[in-house]
Amino acid sequence: MTAIYINMRLLKLKLAKYFMKIKSTQITDTFAEAFKMHGTRIIITAETKEWAVAAAQSVTGFATSVIGCKCEAGIEAEISPDHSPDQRPGISVLFFAMDSASLGKRLMERIGQCVMTCPSTACYNGVDEGNEIVVGGQLRYFGDGYQSSKKILNKRLWRIPVMDGEFLVDDVFKIKEAVGGGNILIHAKDQNTALKASKAAVNAMRKIPNVILPFPNGVVRSGSKVGSKYKALIASTNDAYCPTLSGLVKNTEIEPGVNSVLEIVIDGLTLKDVEEAMRVGIEAAIKPGVKRISAGNYGGGLGQYQIQLHKLIANGEK
Amino acid sequence: MALHLKLHTQPDVPLEADCISPDRMQSLKNNEISSMTVFHGNRQVKLGDFFDCKGTFDGEITIDGDLSNIKHIGASMSLGKIIIEGSVGLHTGAGMQGGEIIIEGDASDWLAAEMLDGKITVKGNAGHMTGCGYRGSSIGMQGGEIFIHGNVKNETGHVMRRGLIVVGGDSGDFTGVNMIAGTIIVFGTMGIRTGAGMKRGSIISFNEAEILPTFSRNCEYQPTFIRFYAKYLEKNGFLVDPSYANGSFERWSGDSVEINRGEILLSKHKNK
Repeated sequence: MTAIYINMRLLKLKLAKYFMKIKSTQITDTFAEAFKMHGTRIIITAETKEWAVAAAQSVTGFATSVIGCKCEAGIEAEISPDHSPDQRPGISVLFFAMDSASLGKRLMERIGQCVMTCPSTACYNGVDEGNEIVVGGQLRYFGDGYQSSKKILNKRLWRIPVMDGEFLVDDVFKIKEAVGGGNILIHAKDQNTALKASKAAVNAMRKIPNVILPFPNGVVRSGSKVGSKYKALIASTNDAYCPTLSGLVKNTEIEPGVNSVLEIVIDGLTLKDVEEAMRVGIEAAIKPGVKRISAGNYGGGLGQYQIQLHKLIANGEK
Repeated sequence: MALHLKLHTQPDVPLEADCISPDRMQSLKNNEISSMTVFHGNRQVKLGDFFDCKGTFDGEITIDGDLSNIKHIGASMSLGKIIIEGSVGLHTGAGMQGGEIIIEGDASDWLAAEMLDGKITVKGNAGHMTGCGYRGSSIGMQGGEIFIHGNVKNETGHVMRRGLIVVGGDSGDFTGVNMIAGTIIVFGTMGIRTGAGMKRGSIISFNEAEILPTFSRNCEYQPTFIRFYAKYLEKNGFLVDPSYANGSFERWSGDSVEINRGEILLSKHKNK
């Protein structure tokens, strides 16, 4: 059996000519399988940037993957007082879920528990078009009848009395169709190299607007495959990319010299944003010791979008 | 070119010209506009007896001349734009349902009385009863925005139900009297009995004011929504000193002779 595995790995090496190579890093001729999701942007402002960040970190906590967290969320950008709705420091946060109703529920829960509770904050809708979901209009009942509203610029804002003054929140938030699950996989010679490359990729991707990287520091090490030998589980470790299993599993994607793989998952408000984030991420991750960059997919049978890596690089060169 | 009306004969008594409205004029030719009926006192006359009419309607009507004796311009209008190059008479924009009126000079009493929607900007002063309800009416302004860069006289926002009134200068007595809801912002000083009988709504001033004894003081705090409004006001030509908008406001609740859910917010910036 071991001999068969070795042969397969050798076969892959022979196929290397089909791989694009930039410097010493091969770009696999494959695609990231991305999904149609629903997304929104919320803008959190506060008296100081620290409080806005605190609320943003809290509201995006436990939101790495829809599989276990019901939504994916992350900090998109800082907003200067000049560009924020109420002239205070702000943070924009993106949320994604598989459907609009589910995302609406998550917004209610998270804004209510993580933003309203955070001193001095206010929370605004940050998307111009899409389905309207009533959030402030539900949270207002926390005001126990003392809440009041203001209508300005054709939108209603609720003022909910709280112990440090008022929590100001938009009546409705808008949810639009979005794209989730864009990804790249960085195959490196060791963990240190993989961490450095992924950090560089994350830094580059975070400069792209309308996208978030929902995992810790933008990076995920526990990539998953669909299904499990245990019936109760819908997903399990992506054994094909686990270096410790490269000699055990038939379908290993770990080539000789690779000892660590890290994944970066990208959710965005449009396909174009996700593609651009992937492209700059790949370019930034190309470093000595990074043997290969590939992407995760399910054979194209699940996701609505297939983002071809070679095409991305070629478009970037144009 | 916009439709252009020019006053060539000053009326001896007020001229009731509610026909000067984009809704009424949008599909008419100039000769038809000139023969529209207006009331000169109690006599029916033609609009052309007082106004020259030029250009074609492209969504905008420009009116030249001293119109302080012309009433009801833009009354009940729902679309388009009227630009009044001078001052204008009573009931301008009364019952307005949409569109925009810009008055380069002053506006007289009952400006935007019982307005439903739309936007009115007055570069000069306005008279009594701005955005109010007519006598006997339980509801005044129900929506829309009124921006007055100068002063207003008494009973601004009387029985106002919704909408925004911004006064760049001072307001007279009884600002927001019997107010039901909505927002009144006064940059200057307010006269006596502000918010008397108000149920809900907000009266915001960047100056001190005399508060009725039926109001109770709540606290001094920094209302976030005022910063939101400040940004919007700047877009509409009002310079809001950040130290005011970002500063503390004293909150008074009232009027306790009513349901006590209204508020008067007074900037404390000057006291610092």
